[in-house]
Amino acid sequence: MEATLEQARQLGLQEAEFEEIKKILGRTPNFNETAMYSVMWSEHCSYKNSIKYLKKLPREGSRLLVKAGEENAGLVDIGDGLAVVFKIESHNHPSAIEPFQGAATGVGGIHRDIFTMGARPVAALNSLRFGNLKHPKTQHLLKGIVKGISHYGNCFGVPTVGGEVYFEDCYQTNPLVNAMSVGIVKVGQTFSATSYGEGNPVFIVGAATGKDGIGGASFASADITEDSAEQLPAVQVGDPFEEKKLLEACMELVGKNLVIGMQDMGAAGISCSTSEMSAKGQHGMKIDLSKVPTRQENMKAWEMLLSESQERMLIVIEKGKEAEVQAIFDKWDIHCEQIGEVTKEERLKYYLNGELMADVPGESLVLGGGAPVYEREYKEPAYFAQVNAFDQDSIPEAQDLKAVAEQIIRLPNIASKRWVYEQYDSMVGTANASTNNPSDAAIVRIHGTEKALAVTVDCNSRYVFLNPYVGGMIAVSEAARNIVCSGGQPVGVTNCLNFGNPYNPEVYYQFVHALRGMSDACIQFDAPVTGGNVSFYNQSEDGPVYPTPTIGMVGVLDNIADAMTLDFKNEGDHIYLLGRSRNDINGSEYLFKLHNVTHSPAPHFDLQEEAALQNKVAELIKNKLIRSAHDVSEGGLFPTLLESAAVNGKGFSIALHKDLRKDAFLFGEAQSRVVVSVRPDQQKAFEAVVGDHPMEHLGTVTAGDILIDGAGWGTIPEWKVQYDTAIENELS
Amino acid sequence: MKFGIVVFPGSNCDRDMQHALQDELQQEVVMLWHKDKDLSMFSTDDCIVLPGGFSYGDYLRCGALARFSPMMEQVIGFARRGGKVLGVCNGFQILCEAGLLPGVLLQNDNQKFICRNVYIRKTSEQNLMGKAVEDKALKIPVAHGEGRYFADEATLAHLEQNNQIVFQYCDENGTVDRKFNPNGAINDIAGICNEGRNVYGMMPHPERACSDTLNNTDGRAILKALVESWVAVPTA
Repeated sequence: MEATLEQARQLGLQEAEFEEIKKILGRTPNFNETAMYSVMWSEHCSYKNSIKYLKKLPREGSRLLVKAGEENAGLVDIGDGLAVVFKIESHNHPSAIEPFQGAATGVGGIHRDIFTMGARPVAALNSLRFGNLKHPKTQHLLKGIVKGISHYGNCFGVPTVGGEVYFEDCYQTNPLVNAMSVGIVKVGQTFSATSYGEGNPVFIVGAATGKDGIGGASFASADITEDSAEQLPAVQVGDPFEEKKLLEACMELVGKNLVIGMQDMGAAGISCSTSEMSAKGQHGMKIDLSKVPTRQENMKAWEMLLSESQERMLIVIEKGKEAEVQAIFDKWDIHCEQIGEVTKEERLKYYLNGELMADVPGESLVLGGGAPVYEREYKEPAYFAQVNAFDQDSIPEAQDLKAVAEQIIRLPNIASKRWVYEQYDSMVGTANASTNNPSDAAIVRIHGTEKALAVTVDCNSRYVFLNPYVGGMIAVSEAARNIVCSGGQPVGVTNCLNFGNPYNPEVYYQFVHALRGMSDACIQFDAPVTGGNVSFYNQSEDGPVYPTPTIGMVGVLDNIADAMTLDFKNEGDHIYLLGRSRNDINGSEYLFKLHNVTHSPAPHFDLQEEAALQNKVAELIKNKLIRSAHDVSEGGLFPTLLESAAVNGKGFSIALHKDLRKDAFLFGEAQSRVVVSVRPDQQKAFEAVVGDHPMEHLGTVTAGDILIDGAGWGTIPEWKVQYDTAIENELS
Repeated sequence: MKFGIVVFPGSNCDRDMQHALQDELQQEVVMLWHKDKDLSMFSTDDCIVLPGGFSYGDYLRCGALARFSPMMEQVIGFARRGGKVLGVCNGFQILCEAGLLPGVLLQNDNQKFICRNVYIRKTSEQNLMGKAVEDKALKIPVAHGEGRYFADEATLAHLEQNNQIVFQYCDENGTVDRKFNPNGAINDIAGICNEGRNVYGMMPHPERACSDTLNNTDGRAILKALVESWVAVPTA
């Protein structure tokens, strides 16, 4: 039966898109086909409103083994015959209405993207954003989302080694949940998401298909409204135990020449995996939906085609090797059913009980193929006038600096996230070197080698809001700075681009310019973008969220012994600031949270200055002239010093800058600054290597007291308990 | 002497244990699949380890299903014959479910999964681990949602009388106190053994504290203790 325009609209298609489908098929599509196009051409799967600009990101690099978008995740050569596979993805919309399952399946989905390529996940990270912590709904979301990540990640058995948590009012209705996975694979043993070879069998493996998550991709492609809670069936339910078994079974397939291609089923389920694999391999498929193991009886064709039930994979196997594959999945007690075969004709034909239910060309469904590509209009946001009008001289300089410092370190964006990260298993795999040797990026050793990865996720979205171009550069630069301060060399970026509604020209302006900033910084640090995802429509009646291009960055250390830590080691060591203190409180937590200034320029940033700083830090680490390195970020210099000091219970004695506002010196967030500590007997050698690069001698490490210009500010244990318990006190 | 590590489908610390025993402690290790049931290559001098993880997903009760697996039936027999068995985290839960150790492990008192370094110290010299480890606080990580050890008063009294409490939670100076106990376990119990001194269960993960690279080797002595055989210390 032919679908109507009204049905197409209800499924989220535009009239012009429905006409385009008619043109592709040469007839009016039936309901099943219309449903398939609606999910495949949704923003979530097709990137129709972003792909034009994604293609402008730097995607070339000597270490890159596949280009961005070519496979499920990026693949970067790290030497010794190994490659790292990594990707970040959002699960914002599901987490907004069902925080536990929404976040849990976000973790499950991103790990599947990694092991579907044949890589074993070795580290997980996440970036979470919530509304005001004092709001009961925020507390509900925070507890549910953290528990969901904990539940899935801990059972699956991959350590959560890093992340970030922010609280800003703009995320009140639209929390952001971005999950990243990093895996390791031998070069040449990866699986590709492809399908070819007429007559090769197509298998569905893993969990049975149910009615959960139907239309999830379309749901994620609309604003959150009051009616969104009625979309609950669009949220999937996760089973980490099933995924753990699926992982181990897939690992057993690696290196055995059994598999032609494999793809996990995430958004748009069977529709997406069959069409993307077929389009890539330039073949077709004939699929018998009656063979798909289901949870419910009498599921309709479109329900099976669109279901986003978790923990499933589509695998194309070389004909004749079915028994070998079957034996592996039997061992792990996992469904493994042949549901079809590869055809030479480049069409996808789906049957149910012998009846043809859908017949479409695979290429027409997918990104890079027939999926639409749009360019949206954009214009400079009106709020920029307010940003540019701000003058920091209108803010009187704080007098009671100690009282300000006490408030700053208890702000939820700055205080310890212990309440969150202690719920994650961060040590399984015995590879996380940061547990006992903390550093700015998490250091993950690669078993059987001397190498390690340095991984981090970063984005200060307020800077991006205040200046999308500069904020985009800062997000990438901070990630690179964290890796360099840990002794690593950046090798690649994955990004999760969380924005409001792309049909809003001001939102689209933020998108276009943030990407431009990211590009410039990625080129500067030779860290190409290997993939990621775009999440638009993070918007409610209250307006869009801050533009949030979360950067996941991976770096490499050829020898883990070269890792650098952030903690002060010995009393008497000298404390230096690499970079320059500036008379700048713009964009800072201090200005925003303590003075309620929502609109001010982004803090000082210069890309060349940043690059010079990172080169200098790397040189000092290489020459073993510093004992700790910690970058200055949110909250400014004071929290940075406190964090370096608190690890070993040391303190610090520093002098205030003579020529600057004292609040700018302690709490300003001007970029490109790193606090390092130096052994007294290495001071000369250190200063010689620093040379002309801007540097300030701040003071020395003490036994446990904090002294500012000689005034006693108390002891580290007193400050540490404030810093550690601020968030849990809000929650209890 | 060799170690066998049982691999359940949801085990996720099995490779960590293998790595610690094989690479850090240079021991012979055999991986044992949960569906198999042949332990004939193991003598009672050897040690079977039940590693941490979520054996069968643990949607029912941690360890509740694992005890019925074919390999566990063999391990139960092996333990009853005097073979050494160690259960860590989920392995400890399985040993309690299987009746090889008394008591149960309940949900942490704060209802949350917890992962961090904690300190434990030995409670007695009257077992392999008590003999082997130094009398000081050992830094060992925990990672569990259901690690609150509990037993009724009679069982507890029996455990104490019989010196079966192996480890208690403490601070870095070795002071045992409720406030250093991460999960609310009764009497701050972190690990116990059976009367025969051949079955050991503990919530903290010694295999995660065996590496110089990770800057913590406090767990080595705990695992190395199992290489020895139990000889009762004569009471004075």
